[in-house]
Amino acid sequence: MLRLPDPKPEVLARREAIVAGLRALLPDEAVIAEPLRLRPYETDGLTAYRQPPLAVVLPSSTEQVAAVLRLCHTEGVRVVPRGAGTSLSGGALPLADAVVLGLMRMNRILEIDYADRFAVVQAGVTNLGITQAVAEHGFFYAPDPSSQLACMIGGNVAMNSGGAHCLKYGVTANNLLGLTIVTTEGEVLRIGGTHLDAAGYDWLGLLTGSEGQLAVVTEVTVRILRAPEGARAMLAAFRSNEVAGACVDAIISSGIIPVALEFMDRPAIHACEAFAHAGYPLDAEAMLIIEVEGSMVEQDALLDRLRTICEKHDPISLKVSQTPEESLAIWKGRKGAFGAIGRISPDYLCMDGVIPTSRLPDVLRRIGEMSNSYDLQVANIFHAGDGNLHPLIMFDANDPESFAKAEAFGADVLKLCVEVGGCLTGEHGVGVEKRDLMPTQFTAAELEQQRRIKSAFDPDWLLNPHKVFPLAA
Amino acid sequence: MAFSDIMTAPIEEEAIAAAVAEAHAAGEPLLVQGNGTKTAMLRLVQAARNLSTRNHRGITLYSPNELVIRARAGTPLIEIEAAVAERGQHLIAEPPDYSALFAATAPQTLGGVVAANLSGPRRITWGAMRDHVLGVRAVNGTGEIIRSGGRVLKNVTGLDLCKLLSGSHGTLAVITEVTLKVLPAPEAVGTVAVHTPDANAGIAALATALGSPYGVSAAAWLPSDAASRLGFTHAVALARIEDFTPSVAYRTAKLRDEMTAFGPGDILDDAASRKLWRAVRDAVPLGATAEQAIWRLSVRPSAGAAVARALREAFDASLFLDWGGGLVWVAGPAEAGAHAAVEAAARAAGGTWMLVRAPEPLRAAVAVIPPEPPVLAAISRRVKTAFDPRGILNPGRLYAGL
Repeated sequence: MLRLPDPKPEVLARREAIVAGLRALLPDEAVIAEPLRLRPYETDGLTAYRQPPLAVVLPSSTEQVAAVLRLCHTEGVRVVPRGAGTSLSGGALPLADAVVLGLMRMNRILEIDYADRFAVVQAGVTNLGITQAVAEHGFFYAPDPSSQLACMIGGNVAMNSGGAHCLKYGVTANNLLGLTIVTTEGEVLRIGGTHLDAAGYDWLGLLTGSEGQLAVVTEVTVRILRAPEGARAMLAAFRSNEVAGACVDAIISSGIIPVALEFMDRPAIHACEAFAHAGYPLDAEAMLIIEVEGSMVEQDALLDRLRTICEKHDPISLKVSQTPEESLAIWKGRKGAFGAIGRISPDYLCMDGVIPTSRLPDVLRRIGEMSNSYDLQVANIFHAGDGNLHPLIMFDANDPESFAKAEAFGADVLKLCVEVGGCLTGEHGVGVEKRDLMPTQFTAAELEQQRRIKSAFDPDWLLNPHKVFPLAA
Repeated sequence: MAFSDIMTAPIEEEAIAAAVAEAHAAGEPLLVQGNGTKTAMLRLVQAARNLSTRNHRGITLYSPNELVIRARAGTPLIEIEAAVAERGQHLIAEPPDYSALFAATAPQTLGGVVAANLSGPRRITWGAMRDHVLGVRAVNGTGEIIRSGGRVLKNVTGLDLCKLLSGSHGTLAVITEVTLKVLPAPEAVGTVAVHTPDANAGIAALATALGSPYGVSAAAWLPSDAASRLGFTHAVALARIEDFTPSVAYRTAKLRDEMTAFGPGDILDDAASRKLWRAVRDAVPLGATAEQAIWRLSVRPSAGAAVARALREAFDASLFLDWGGGLVWVAGPAEAGAHAAVEAAARAAGGTWMLVRAPEPLRAAVAVIPPEPPVLAAISRRVKTAFDPRGILNPGRLYAGL
């Protein structure tokens, strides 16, 4: 278990006064301080860690967020920003002396402009909510994390979320134009705007993925894209991870960049098939889902070329969908992967390392060896085009030893990712989960450089201070 | 003293770091550059010493199947472009070459292009240079070597210094190595060229193209004088498709059908398209004379027409629009009055400006980029100090006193 910083006794001692101060700033129902009502906020998607906060506030405007931050700054109170609480790295895990700043009530879409192709939304709008708001005009918002039904754009910005389609469309950082942020002192700043290139330092780029370390995001201007004429998926199943990996290489070197290129290993295929009945081949060791876009004629041409490439890799089966419904069926298993694993094992850790794609077969073999030595099951789901690996490590949360083993297994996987030239996290963020592994990827000087940037924004370390950076000794 | 007269151009990164550490210890400002092709941009740096990365060069990793290339900062960009072209790939942001604008003779370096975050026409759809920087190595203002990112396509580990250093013009750290994402180069290129009467119609045509499902990868509007420099007889709205050959044929035909509502349209073939967009990329249609100052304004695309009108009313402006109307290139008299008009037009449109080229007195007298509001300016100063506590790296390049 990771250590959390000690609560500040002087803050805990002033709890009543701080809550009263918050109540003076916000409507009554927007301040939560009763222990029972704090429970829903004690954890996020990393449920192994739980810690009720001092209080929760649910502001409904940038001005209210600023007022809360001003008070917390004056009082020296730590603040943990929270969207939907779907973080898999503990990004929204509270502290006992912290105020959780929940942005879920800031859920309005403020402006949509199709001529200039942007939308301005509040931080608590869900990822899918943006696409739903513009779909009737044929537009969409590109990043599509698996949690897109629930996760909120403010959290997406904080974690620089990706998804299955970022090989073509990029991650959150590549799809933003502007932000409204509130500093730890409660100052409101507009970053970027509705134009493409800002002058001066790239604050938009620095803030995106900064995990609530630098400021609180209250409004986001996203780029919206016109959807292609259509999209279709194919499924290719192979005899080994090595062969599937070689096929991925062959696809990329052919000059085709599929809009999605997903990889599942045998345990993942079996779990997803049992759950979704998507027609996945149970005799395969590895499977690819490959999606292309364009008109029907263009899709046919691309899928023909992809089929030819796959056929050179001795596939067990190839299935090219003929209709959007068949594509949905192919995706159904993949999209339900987390639920499917949950049926096998109620508790699992979803890892998020990234590796150079050429190292895939080797890395999967070594994860298999670790699975044997730790005696814990693992299923691998992988954004193959960009090397983002999601091993799902299954364990029993009622058994502290099992959880400790799972954490150690996960840490070994991430160290392996760094060792082969990759990184600790591709889209979930460091959070608390990977905080203490940061020295495996960064030197002391590099971590100090990042800490100094944090201090430049947040001199008192009040914003999410227990995440990302290993605690000072 | 305008330019530094003591030049250090180490071959090894350790020597670059040592040179910075020495300057830090002495509190002596450094002019940081590659081949110095962009010295004419922004503000002049007052420094006794010049530290160049030009000799720290060479491609250190190229893995086409993993879509990554890594090279030392002093590597000429043309070497990198040639290496990826040989394997049928390209640099996604289509970085421009402004050597004609700056009368530069040496080739621009990878480090320089990234430090300036320069992107070409493809930026409207495929992102800026900074969007494809996967990793950097750099020397901060105390001489420490720091890395951020890496060589993989997705990475959210720690703060994203790749983006912060891109476009920081050497004021925070000396970039020594860059890893870029690359993509397969398109098999074919085609362009729909629609003769539009004015900027309003031109931008509306481009908005239609960019809002279409055909994946337009560039969209520019040239008024008649700029268009004539590229061989057109009228003002023209241009939309590019890059794809496999049959898709280019299909998509340009569909696109022309949608764009003809704004004027008669032609389809330009592969060779003509490649030549045309290279010229747009390098700001050739501007036709700036040696005496003129040059600005770039970044605004929301639909504001481009109003900006163009305001600039033409204010001074004898030569201009054209890229990025769907959102990038306004303008050349005009190198005078404070013209600069004030550029600032006013950018502010009215809620966008930004950059004084790209001007004689030294004008560059020193005006805000070459928009000043930041006080709270943000204070953060800038603290972040600058977090990298470069004694303020020795390219002082004054972006803002006076920073």
